[in-house]
Amino acid sequence: MKEENKTKEENKTFEESMNELEEIVQKLEKGELPLDDSIEYFQKGIELSRYCSKKLDEIEKRITILIDNENGDVREENFNIDGGVQLSKDPEDADVF
Amino acid sequence: MQYILSVTEVNRYIKEVIAGDMILSNIWIKGEISNYKNHYSGHMYFTLKDEKSLIKCVMFKGQTYGLKFNPDNGMKVIARGYISVFERDGQYQLYVEEMQPDGIGNLYLAFEQLKKKLEFEGLFDNRFKKELPYLPQSIGVVTSSTGSVIKDIINVASRRFPNVNIKLYPVAVQGIQAASAISRAIRRLNELNCVDVIIVARGGGSLEEIWPFNEEIVARSIFNSRIPVVSAVGHETDFTISDFVSDLRAPTPSAAAEIIVPEKRLLKQKIADLRMRMQNALLKNINFNKVHLLRITGSMVFKQPYNRLNQEKIRLDNLERKLVSTVLNQKDKSKMRMLFLIDKLNSLSPLNVLARGYSMVKIKNNNVLLKSVKDVDSGDRLEISVSDGRVEAIVDNISRGDNKGGNNERRE
Repeated sequence: MKEENKTKEENKTFEESMNELEEIVQKLEKGELPLDDSIEYFQKGIELSRYCSKKLDEIEKRITILIDNENGDVREENFNIDGGVQLSKDPEDADVF
Repeated sequence: MQYILSVTEVNRYIKEVIAGDMILSNIWIKGEISNYKNHYSGHMYFTLKDEKSLIKCVMFKGQTYGLKFNPDNGMKVIARGYISVFERDGQYQLYVEEMQPDGIGNLYLAFEQLKKKLEFEGLFDNRFKKELPYLPQSIGVVTSSTGSVIKDIINVASRRFPNVNIKLYPVAVQGIQAASAISRAIRRLNELNCVDVIIVARGGGSLEEIWPFNEEIVARSIFNSRIPVVSAVGHETDFTISDFVSDLRAPTPSAAAEIIVPEKRLLKQKIADLRMRMQNALLKNINFNKVHLLRITGSMVFKQPYNRLNQEKIRLDNLERKLVSTVLNQKDKSKMRMLFLIDKLNSLSPLNVLARGYSMVKIKNNNVLLKSVKDVDSGDRLEISVSDGRVEAIVDNISRGDNKGGNNERRE
């Protein structure tokens, strides 16, 4: 795949890519394509599946709490469900607006 | 002259007059229940009273299903319905369509009024509902940082998608400031643009407790949110204004997480399945082509490309040989025939006859073969050919009928 196409792929959403992948599978399964085209679609499909898989993995595992001060500064701190809020400041602040 | 009406006609007329009244056709009344009777038919009959007055009420079976409490004597309620006349008894009464215990009555009224207002404005219209992201990159949760709601959401979301990204925007979910805090949180998340879906959540509670989610300010920020909002307030049976205006109502906070967060395992499986299907389809295609190729290459032409040519060559040779032999044969036959004819000719040649001792006689003057006694006269000159020469003679004597039949004729 050309570099130009690759960057295009990067902008696709997971859903778009999945839909495209499904279309390709259906096209291939119809079995009406010449072999050359089949192979080309197959390669495209493999790339899409890799891309989708990557999209699933690249989401950053993180659970945070946003500390939004009145002055517009926002801080993002890790949030622990068992330990509650892990703040450098007074935890009580988090719940009060 | 005045008309004289029957009782029925009067009651019917009154009924029509009342039915035409805007206020009486949809009215909220508050009072205390008395004479409560739950009829076996399923309809409820009772009166509503205050210190000075009472009104008869009926609530039909179909409407009683919507009740969230069990009415009883002495209970203060607010009821909504219409006034009409029961013609048989000449009694007007309230036909109750909904009923709530009073006390929260004011809130309930406020809820109904706001709901009507926003609905009229179109805030609940389906055409404004935004689609939820298929795979949320980051989920904003507007709820309390303490309590089970955020825990439930995180647990469910993490179970479904281990590397889920959640940003909690902590707010007070009850109390005077809650509504403005929730509203601000939604607005701020839109400004920060750091999530692609927002869950507005709260656990179950009384109508007063979940009230912030019935406030206009919250409803409007949800409506104005560019980011899709899922409302998950209270229990399955609790409906709030937030539920109506949000892009999707989840029955509970956990359900919201389930709706928003896809199961990663299933998505991975789906991708793997698609890959497998793709591979199978391609292999099938390749196999099909292979079989096709084999069928072609398997045919004689491809196996021994010169075979056909050789065959043709042989055929040509054969034909040539046949042609030659035919011609030769023909020639031989002709030759044989010629020889035969020559032979035959030979046997017929008069010279041959002469050789066997016969002679040939010609009449000299006209050179005609002598065959009959009539052909000659005495004195004619004859020429006699024998095998080795000629003899000339002169006819001396002629006698008839000696040797053959021909002579007999001559004898007469």
